[in-house]
Parts: sequence; C-alpha cells; structure tokens
Amino acid sequence: MTLGVRSRLALRAVALGYLLILLLVPLGMILFRTFEDGLVAFWESVTTPASISAIGMSLTIVAIVVPANVIFGIVTALALARGRFPGKGVVQAVVDLPFAVSPVIVGVSLVLLWGVNGWFGGLAEAGFQVIFSLPGMVLATIFVTLPFVVREVEPVLHEIGDEQEQAAATLGASRWQTFWRITLPAIRWGLAYGVVLTVARSLGEFGALTVVAGGVPGESQTLTLLVHARYIDDHNTFGAYSAATVLMGLALVTLLLMTVLNRKREAA
Amino acid sequence: MSAGHAEQTIARPLRRRAPRTAVGGVGPLGLGVAMLWLSLIVLLPLAAVLVRALDGGLAGLWDAVTAPSAVAALQFTIVASAIVTLANAVVGTLIAWVLVRDDFRGKGLVDAMIDLPFALPTIVASIVLLALYGPRSPIGIDLFATKPAVVLALLFVTLPFVVRSVQPVLMEADREAEEAAASLGAGNWTIFRRVVLPALVPTLLGGGGLAFARALGEYGSVVLIGGGIPRDTEVSSQYIAKQIETDQPTSAAAVSLTLLLVAFVVLFVLRVGAKRSMRHEVSA
Repeated sequence: MTLGVRSRLALRAVALGYLLILLLVPLGMILFRTFEDGLVAFWESVTTPASISAIGMSLTIVAIVVPANVIFGIVTALALARGRFPGKGVVQAVVDLPFAVSPVIVGVSLVLLWGVNGWFGGLAEAGFQVIFSLPGMVLATIFVTLPFVVREVEPVLHEIGDEQEQAAATLGASRWQTFWRITLPAIRWGLAYGVVLTVARSLGEFGALTVVAGGVPGESQTLTLLVHARYIDDHNTFGAYSAATVLMGLALVTLLLMTVLNRKREAA
Repeated sequence: MSAGHAEQTIARPLRRRAPRTAVGGVGPLGLGVAMLWLSLIVLLPLAAVLVRALDGGLAGLWDAVTAPSAVAALQFTIVASAIVTLANAVVGTLIAWVLVRDDFRGKGLVDAMIDLPFALPTIVASIVLLALYGPRSPIGIDLFATKPAVVLALLFVTLPFVVRSVQPVLMEADREAEEAAASLGAGNWTIFRRVVLPALVPTLLGGGGLAFARALGEYGSVVLIGGGIPRDTEVSSQYIAKQIETDQPTSAAAVSLTLLLVAFVVLFVLRVGAKRSMRHEVSA
C-alpha cells in the first residue's frame, strides 16, 4: 500500500496533532507553570517538610516492594516456566489479574481483608494496624505491581530452556549454584526490566493508596497523595504542579531505562 | 537434551507422566511458596470482596448495584470506556501506521513518547490535563468537571494499548499481498479494508480489550479533572471510593464485583473473538 504524498502527509499530521493535543502541550504547560517563577520557588516547594517526608514514604514503599516482588516473582516465574502441575492455566490467569482490577477495588479488597471489620481484623485489634499505615500501603503496591517481574522473567526462562541448568546439575552443581551461576545471569535483563516497571508503578500508584492510606502528612502520605492533597485540600496549585513535576522527572528516567534495557535485552 | 530425556524414560518408565520438577526449577516447596504468595496478595483480598458483596444475599447485591447513583456511575463508566476504546482503535491504528510506514525526522522521539502515559503516574496525568484544559486554561478551554474531561483523561492513559499492539503486526504485515492487490487495480482504501485490516482484527480486539479494561477501572487520572459529580461525571471507581469513605463497605464491594464482572466478560468475549478471527485469517 503506497500512499500519495498528500494523503501520507495528512495521516502524519493527524497522528502528530493528536499526540500534540493529548500529550505534548499539556506536559509543556505543566513544566511552564512549575518553572515560571524560577528554580528557587520550585526547589522550596519540593523541599517542604511534608514534601520530603512524602518522598521518603514513596521510597520506603519501593524499598520493600521491589525485593518482595523480585524474590516471589522469580519463584513464581520458575514454577510457571519449569514446573508441570494441574491448574497452571488458572495460576497464569491469577498472575495477570492485577492488570484487570481497578486500583480502587484493590484498596477496597485490602480494607475488607485487613481492616478492623475484615477477615484478619484481629490483627488490627491486637495492635498491628495494616490499613491506614505502611503495611497496607505496601500490600496495595505489591498487589498492583505483582505481574511485572513474573511477566518479564517467565518468557526469558522459556527461551533459554533448561539445558544449561541440566548440564550444571550433571556436573554436580547444587540448586543454589545452578541458580546463581546459570539462571540468574541469563534472566538479568528481563529481571531488570521488570524491576524498572515495578519501581515506576510503585512510585506512581495512587488509586489503591487513597483507599488504604490515611494520607496523614509525614505519616502515610506518598508523593502521589501529596499532589492530590495539595491540589484539593490546600488549594496549592503551584505546590501540586511542582510535586507532579518531580514524579514526571522520575517517569522520564523510567522511560530512558526501559529503552536502554530493551536494547540490552535484544542484544543478549 | 533428547538423550537425557530418553535415559530418563528408560530409567523410570512408570514415572514418565509424574509432574516433572526440572533442575533449576523450584520444586514442590517453591511451588507452594508461589501459590501462598499469590493467594495472600491477590486471591484472599478479592475473595473478601466477593463474600462481602454477597453479605446481604443476591437481593442485597441487587439493591446496592441498582441504587440510582450506582447505576448512573456504572452507565457513564461503560459508555465512556466504549467511546475511548473505539477512538483508540481508530487513532491508535493510524498512529501505529504512521510510525511503521511513514518516515520523518524525530520519529524515534515520537515513538518513545507513546509509552509516556504508562510511565506517568495517573494523578500526574490528571493534573497535566488540568493545567491545559482546566479552570486556569491559557487557551480558554475549561473542561473541568464535564463528561468530555473524563473521556479526555481516559484517552490519555489508554493511548499506548492499541498503538503498541498494532505496531508489531504492521511491521510483519505481508507487503506482497498489498502489492499484489495494488497491481490488480485495488485502490488504497480497498487494500486497507480487504488486506491490511483483516490481519489487524485479532490484535485490535486484544489491544482494545486492554484499553477498555483499563478505562473501566481508571481512577487517578479522572479524579481531579472529572470532578466526581454524582449522576453526572462520577465514574464507578469514584463511586466505590466514596462508598468506602462513608463506611458502606457492602455497597462498595457490590459495585466492585459488578465492575470486575463487566471487565472479565468483555476481556473474555474479545479474546474469543480474536481467536476466531485469527483462525479465520489462517484458513482464508
């Protein structure tokens, strides 16, 4: 199908125009609003005590969620790629489930399970509060990010097959040795890609957190919750813009890493 | 590999069909850990939603779901998601086509930009759109708390789905069939309709289904710009969040369950449709 110059240009104009109106101009606008009063105003707005503690909170969640997802994600991927057991199709579907569930429903489900009146409400009564505090926020974030590592690692495991692992075992390597020397190096780029996606989603999660987090500044407020609180509760539009710009910067770093890792993966 | 396999078969002929735990695999213990993890994180919470939704029996579920503002929110959510999905199918295909078949300076940058909505936190999407299309709009377009604003936000967050699923298919598309059609005198529109589009149908259904499911449950990008006016711009996820805030967990669970069912049914139907059209494509 070879289009004439005119129709090709028309299609190009429509595509680029759509992206311009939907993505580029709004993004440019918010950058302009953030920096129109200079860098100092931006810096002061993102270094307020509430803002710093929100950044700390977001990073704390990432620091817990990523190792958890890496360990259990690899175990799950190995079980799915190498094991044979009945009901594997169901397990595959369960792994994908978090993609299809609304973040708000994730939050609701955690409240119904871990909240005071939930199935595990006894924990809250015993003094271990999950909802409205860090454990609940971590659980919510793990829920929404659970598929990433599994879905990035499993195809790689299929691709590399288990011949090298078999060979290592034949030569007397233990399971751990085989994993550290053979399996892990083979899946490293896929794993790294999964981790980048997990970090990005963890930093950006909002819907599930609005339900399970108290949103108390300095206690249970992440960066995304701060953006919302500043805009809605404090009517601090500029503060919301600058916090959003920080998140945007992190998203750009994510995008960059994704591109680099994709190249590595394809070269591997 | 085949030698090792044969050896195994000879050594243990009776256990050939037993579940194999390959070397480097995780064994029964690992499998158990994985199952426990999935159950604790994903299945148990969702089971709690199901049980709570049926707390008052089917009649209670029905009452909660048919409350006027619940119905209004659900209707608006489904209609908006459908509009967004259709728009994505058309514009997404067009963008993918331009990215694959056209050539211009800065194409790589545009290509990288497509993933931005996936990388950007949803609340940032909301505030980004508000900066241009909100009360302080520099171009005088104030969509705050209107239905078009909700659709706009959903278009923003679902942009990559169709583009990213159509792109690889277009890359691998059979250019020869197109050239053959052209040499037989078919116009561009006919070639697109008869040659290109049929090959795209399965992937369009797949990408469209993902976009629909995402739009159905979307919250963060809608929350600031949509305004959440009951029976007007309120989407189901906002309704659910409000029910939980006002301490009505049964009603929240009931609407959650409904929303999940709608998403699953649509994904299932589209998957079946995609499989059918794929088979049709192969046999044709």
